[in-house]
Amino acid sequence: MIYFIYDATFDGLLTAVFESFDRKLIPDKVISENEQIPLFIEQIVDIATDEVKSQRVWKGLQKKLSPSACSMLTVNFLADYPNLSTILFRYICKTFQSERSIETNFSDNDVLELSQLYRKVRYEATRVMQFLRFQKSSDDIFFGPIAPLHNVLPLVISHFTDRFADQKWVIYDTKRQYGIFYDLKSTQEIILDNIQVEETTGKLHKEAMAEDEKIFQQMWKEYFNSLAIKERINPKLHRQNLPRRFWKYLPEKR
Amino acid sequence: MIELSEILIGRFLRKKWKKQSVQKTIIRSPENYFSTIKLSIYVIISIYYKNGIQILIPRKPAYLQKSYLRNMNDATLQKLKILAESAKYDVSCASSGTVRGNKSGGLGNTVGGMGICHSFTEDGRCVALFKIMLTNHCIYDCAYCVNRRSNDIPRTAFTVDELTTLTIEFYRRNYIEGLFLSSGVMQNPDYTMERMIRVVKNLRVIHRFNGYIHMKSIPGASRELVREAGMYADRLSVNIEIPTEENLKLLAPEKDHQSVFKPMSYIHQGMIENMEEQKKYRHAPRFVPAGQSTQMIVGATSETDREILSVSSMLYRQPSMKRVYYSGYVPVNHFDERLPALQVPPLVRENRLYQADWLMRFYYFSADEITESERPNLDLDVDPKLGWALRHPEKFPVDINKADYEMILRTPGIGVKSAQMIVASRQHTKLGYWELKKIGVVMKRAQYFITCNELPTFTIQEARPEYVRKALTQKANDKKRKNPDQLLLNFPE
Repeated sequence: MIYFIYDATFDGLLTAVFESFDRKLIPDKVISENEQIPLFIEQIVDIATDEVKSQRVWKGLQKKLSPSACSMLTVNFLADYPNLSTILFRYICKTFQSERSIETNFSDNDVLELSQLYRKVRYEATRVMQFLRFQKSSDDIFFGPIAPLHNVLPLVISHFTDRFADQKWVIYDTKRQYGIFYDLKSTQEIILDNIQVEETTGKLHKEAMAEDEKIFQQMWKEYFNSLAIKERINPKLHRQNLPRRFWKYLPEKR
Repeated sequence: MIELSEILIGRFLRKKWKKQSVQKTIIRSPENYFSTIKLSIYVIISIYYKNGIQILIPRKPAYLQKSYLRNMNDATLQKLKILAESAKYDVSCASSGTVRGNKSGGLGNTVGGMGICHSFTEDGRCVALFKIMLTNHCIYDCAYCVNRRSNDIPRTAFTVDELTTLTIEFYRRNYIEGLFLSSGVMQNPDYTMERMIRVVKNLRVIHRFNGYIHMKSIPGASRELVREAGMYADRLSVNIEIPTEENLKLLAPEKDHQSVFKPMSYIHQGMIENMEEQKKYRHAPRFVPAGQSTQMIVGATSETDREILSVSSMLYRQPSMKRVYYSGYVPVNHFDERLPALQVPPLVRENRLYQADWLMRFYYFSADEITESERPNLDLDVDPKLGWALRHPEKFPVDINKADYEMILRTPGIGVKSAQMIVASRQHTKLGYWELKKIGVVMKRAQYFITCNELPTFTIQEARPEYVRKALTQKANDKKRKNPDQLLLNFPE
């Protein structure tokens, strides 16, 4: 068993492809350094990320694949999925080995799996656009905690910067412990040391919350409750449309 | 104190002025919107200069002031609850149809496509827009409506400022995609319409709100007001409510179909003129970019499905009509003897009507085909497409590898996406059972209606429609009842 270990960046993955072709070495698995390394391995190859090498691979990919397939790869890289690195690695290798583009060859398991995964990741990004809720903090920053299944924050930044261009906001991924901060001009990645959010309810702490925040949350909740038509209640459909894992951060369901 | 008319604000905002100096002063808003509620509203404005002329443009909305917070109190909460209760029977909540990016200094955009649903109510309906009434006072006494004059419910009204503030604040927190504004009729249709326009204008012009706005056009409103509303709203809608005129007269003696169809045609004409303008001037302001929609109540009156669908198909002939909604009648006024005494709303019938609506819009069916004159109601057990196929066994089986697109589309178990994929992929190779299954065809249904690259199968010609119908409905009923594989634990009582 040969394992490639890379530094969990997309450049690292592309470098791994380069090294594999360069050393004529085919790994059984590619794992990122955050993952658990199994006990019994013949050989471990540490991949040192090299931007020159990764750029060469990326340019080659752009020649071989359509732009949509290239963006499919980068979007899939954000997924939380077992064995993801290995599948992506195999997909890229297969692309270089075949004469024609493999992107529509759905009889290949890797191609099929990645195309299905792509749909899931995009859907999760839509869910974040739907169910993210901002809470206004005492320093006039709109704070939106959320815990998506996949690491989709990079996919929603453009939507939120366009829509909420005139307010400062933070979207914080509580599962992966990082967030995006928009300061009316640009966005940047931030990590909060002591996050001011209650564990169980997802609410901002009292002292961190703006004084009018509470009343708007309450108003939204009351509004939501009065909107349901009692004669037509359908809890199964409700849960299907509005999955439980988001309820924690929705003022109307708290 | 400077009096400032909204017209002035509106005209000047259209042009781009260079900001030179900012000086804050307080002005009083033009008037109180409702005689019952006296409010003095303060708006902070900045002063812009151009060529020595002093122009007033409101900048910071009133709600950023501390004094405004006192307005947002329990009274507002009560109003919100009452008016949401009154607005909830409107079905439409779509935020689709317009793609518009944000402008500098503005708030919000619209995404188009499917729209974004921000929440779902307990009855499973999407909450995309802040669906609310300006007031639930109404001069009419329509039997089917919860807000009818003779109903004993709490009545209230929002001020323009309260409503804009709520919309903006909800929007900033990503609760909503925009506003759906409806209203009961106060004094007369034009009076009401004017007040509604004031809200949307306020949002667009003063608050620079760029999100989605769906506005109800009040039946009987004048052409000028509909035109003005259309300049601010993304979608306008007028509800037909009752499909035939005599039944409308029975339940709502003060209304007639003329008052509904007139505003509809105003919207339609406005859109067509606007399209011409857009061809000439690329930056001409858009008039109702997302078109219009309407709604009919199902089950409150004696109309058959055939009549309802023929009204819909008549409406869809106008290209501006994007959607017709069907609302299963929820008994809101128990005391009225003109209405049927229903225990539960006719949910299955409503669903079948929506399916029929889809057939008309995406499957090239005409309204006459979906129902027959001998049986004017839709079959509640099978969907309308399967129903049509069972009534017309002579058209089947369809050869998947040869038949034209429209006929493939009419086959039960094949949707628009699958039909397109079939037509595209059969150029490369002949399609068999497994290829169809992979494409996404529901073979359980389709097997009786198709032939493909396989040995002859048991189709509707051999099986007869009665058998197919039984086979397809029986399984659904069994599944609904219980899972046959599950062991039963019968405890004696």
